[in-house]
Amino acid sequence: MTPTLSIEDLSVSFSQRDASLEAVQRVSLAIAPAECVGIIGESGSGKTQVFMAAMGLLASNALARGSIRFEGGELLHADAAALNRVRGSKLTMIFQDPMTSLAPHLCIGTQLAEVLVCHSGLSWRDAWSSAGRMLERVRVPDPKRRLHQYPHELSGGMRQRVVIGMSLMCEPRLVIADEPTTALDVTIQAQLIELLRIMRGEFGMALVLISHDLGVVAGLADRILVMYAGRIVECASAQELFRHARHPYTAEMLKCIPRLSGPRLARLPTIAGQPPRPGELLEGCAFAPRCPLAQDRCRTERPLLSNAGDSSVACHFPLPR
Amino acid sequence: MNDALLRVRNLSVDFGGHAALSDVSFELYAGETLGLVGESGSGKSTLARAILRLLRAAHGSVEWFGQDLLTCAAPVLRALRRDLQIVFQDPLASLNPRMTVGDTIAEPLRIFEPGLNGHARQLRVAAMLERVGLTPAMAARYPHEFSGGQCQRIGIARAMILSPKLLICDEPVSSLDMSIQGQIVNLLLDLQRDAGTAMLFISHNLAVVRHLSHRVLVMYSGRLVEIAAPDALFASSVHPYTKALLAAVPASVPAAGHAAAPAALVERFAAAPPASGCAFRDRCPYAVAVCETTVPPLAEVVAGHWVACHRSHEALIPLSFPP
Amino acid sequence: MSGLGSDAARRLRSNPAAVFALYVMFAMVALALLGPWLNPNSIEALDWLHVAARPGMQSAHWFGTDRLGRDLFVRTLAGARVSLSVGLVASVCSLVVGLSYGAIAGYSGGRTDHLMMRILEILSGLPLIFFVILLTVVFGRSEYLLFFSIGAVGWLTMARIVRGQTMSIRRREFIEAAVASGASAGRIIVKHVIPNVIGPVIVYATLSVPQIILFESFLSFLGLGIQEPHASLGTLIAEGAGEMESAPWILLVPGGFLALLLLCLNIFGDGLRDALDVKEG
Repeated sequence: MTPTLSIEDLSVSFSQRDASLEAVQRVSLAIAPAECVGIIGESGSGKTQVFMAAMGLLASNALARGSIRFEGGELLHADAAALNRVRGSKLTMIFQDPMTSLAPHLCIGTQLAEVLVCHSGLSWRDAWSSAGRMLERVRVPDPKRRLHQYPHELSGGMRQRVVIGMSLMCEPRLVIADEPTTALDVTIQAQLIELLRIMRGEFGMALVLISHDLGVVAGLADRILVMYAGRIVECASAQELFRHARHPYTAEMLKCIPRLSGPRLARLPTIAGQPPRPGELLEGCAFAPRCPLAQDRCRTERPLLSNAGDSSVACHFPLPR
Repeated sequence: MNDALLRVRNLSVDFGGHAALSDVSFELYAGETLGLVGESGSGKSTLARAILRLLRAAHGSVEWFGQDLLTCAAPVLRALRRDLQIVFQDPLASLNPRMTVGDTIAEPLRIFEPGLNGHARQLRVAAMLERVGLTPAMAARYPHEFSGGQCQRIGIARAMILSPKLLICDEPVSSLDMSIQGQIVNLLLDLQRDAGTAMLFISHNLAVVRHLSHRVLVMYSGRLVEIAAPDALFASSVHPYTKALLAAVPASVPAAGHAAAPAALVERFAAAPPASGCAFRDRCPYAVAVCETTVPPLAEVVAGHWVACHRSHEALIPLSFPP
Repeated sequence: MSGLGSDAARRLRSNPAAVFALYVMFAMVALALLGPWLNPNSIEALDWLHVAARPGMQSAHWFGTDRLGRDLFVRTLAGARVSLSVGLVASVCSLVVGLSYGAIAGYSGGRTDHLMMRILEILSGLPLIFFVILLTVVFGRSEYLLFFSIGAVGWLTMARIVRGQTMSIRRREFIEAAVASGASAGRIIVKHVIPNVIGPVIVYATLSVPQIILFESFLSFLGLGIQEPHASLGTLIAEGAGEMESAPWILLVPGGFLALLLLCLNIFGDGLRDALDVKEG
């Protein structure tokens, strides 16, 4: 089966003044049809840039190398026309802040209908009624009335539902959600994740969920990729990752999540040091300076991603199962 | 029992017709860490700024060492600020981009200890930089050269250099990476312990607040809805909103396939809360007639546990997860 | 000033037009200052043998002479010295006054700002020429009066710009942090507001120098500014205008010098704005 999205050896660097910043270093991954993949990483991990490259949204000073294939067609370095055949219809993206991703001067109905009018050539009237149906599907109450309202009249959670609706209008094969709940209250987050789960069930599309929050990704992802300093450091099924994380970074991250149950702690768990600044060049393993298990080999030789069953880990001394 | 260090009474703030804070009253004791949780629109940041008179309150009082911070004369307030400090949410934005880090940290010294000569000041700044985990050489650099976590350490150094009696932390780690949030929180706890500073720790992250607070305040739509010690709050909360908040937090150990069950809360369509009665009533599964007309007062249900709910005396069934 | 200043300097250096304009300006200023040493003719000496002589490098008068036989090279450079000094002094004065006024009004807000802006508007509404003439009548002609009247105009727009910039940063968190640290309003304005608004202000000051020089030229042209035998570029242009048909170089030499100077100032000012404009941090 051809993967829906296939990324091979992708590297993204940004040229700034005299130096070039390596944001993504030789990342390869494949997303199967209808699969949900979670991408976890902190600042400097490059997780967003990988998918900005796929969508052709990299900044003008970015240099991308490698290959990104969507349903067989090459996306990287494709011209605007080729990209626009696919973007917004079959390959869509949901961003973090719904207030800035919705146009403030257009009513919701127009923004939803516009997607169909542009990509499917529907008439405005047909697109408008499709928009109303989509609002129903994303569980916006009283959809007929809402079509005429403007983004500022909606709460954050409702806006994000509209954005999700827009991304689904043309029945995409792949939706990329970049931190879709980070800007929302925690009581709304769970409901949005639930909505994504239901939509996945109804539309059957593949979903990439990018987040820094393991808890958000836990409920939805079949497979999780952990990125650090521009590289993939671990890739495993969600079950495996949470039960037996093999990369020390993943294991430490899991320990950092503050618990609501269990004993109250005097000090919070943390990982010493800080994530490397984007583009910081490091010898050996990027995580070595912070790794409690680092040894000499880690500081000189960079570990490559090696497979172990269906999971892979980039570590010289991965944690035992 | 200590005497209260800070006594807030009926604090209300109006933003052009919309009540950002309504009738907030509470006490804070010396050396205590008071956690304040709430989501967007709860008014928690407004509360922090209102206490410090960084914005104008419509009415209410903030008693501090015999003075009302909201009505005292400006020079008196400035003098009192020595002991009332704040750490902001956006670490980079809270630092003057045109001032070196050393000058930023030294500013409180320049204001309150003008007799200090340049060399002595430099030593104090260097000591503070080391205390917060940075190096004295960084004093000559500019904020944009540092990461978010480092900027926050600089902000903390500035706030703590005079060992204030109260430190307000307004979401100090929300914009930082998860792996370093703990570092900053631990740093705050260390500094607090060494200086005996009381802390008002504002956050939307319940789990963090649980670990470091002696008491927790929960806010919703500009009002206090529950006050309790962490164990009481997290194990046996009374207010429906608190229960929903706890239910919505992702599971303590993420387990595949078990997403946080969506809170059984109606999601409000528009941003504005209901105009009368309890602000939570349009989302509350337990709302009754009286909730529509009267704002519930904050009442003590058990010693030290306060709740603002008309039905707090009933043993309400915990919110159940939808099928 | 800061690490950001050196960033801006680097961007400026990589703008060839601005750098070229800067060098040309330096050359012109150097020429104006060193003029007396290069050419011994005095600005007043009348050379009856070479009245209205054409310019020529072989003759005694490189740029020719005017209707009275005075050497144009020396007079032009003397005029340039006057115009440049007026431009510099007046723009520094308007910068200082406008910066203080605008920062105080912008930071204070409320009634103070309201009052200060009403005063500003009234002053802006006064017909300036009328004012200058009135002052000339009362105090007689002098160079100091010239500086004063030009400075009196320049600071108004500067104050508006500074006020606008101040209001846009007043709500930023580092200002709140300074207030929370116990800083007085004066300290905040001097240490926090002004360093952060200085960028656009300097650009405006640079771009307003041409306007000031032109205004001085205009006043002198009208007879309200520099008087004989002293010259400014404006008075020289006024003289030259009368001789346009018969001896055009009398107009073209000072006119060309002024035009080139203003062009370079504008190009440099634009380059400065581009260099400082990029969002810091």
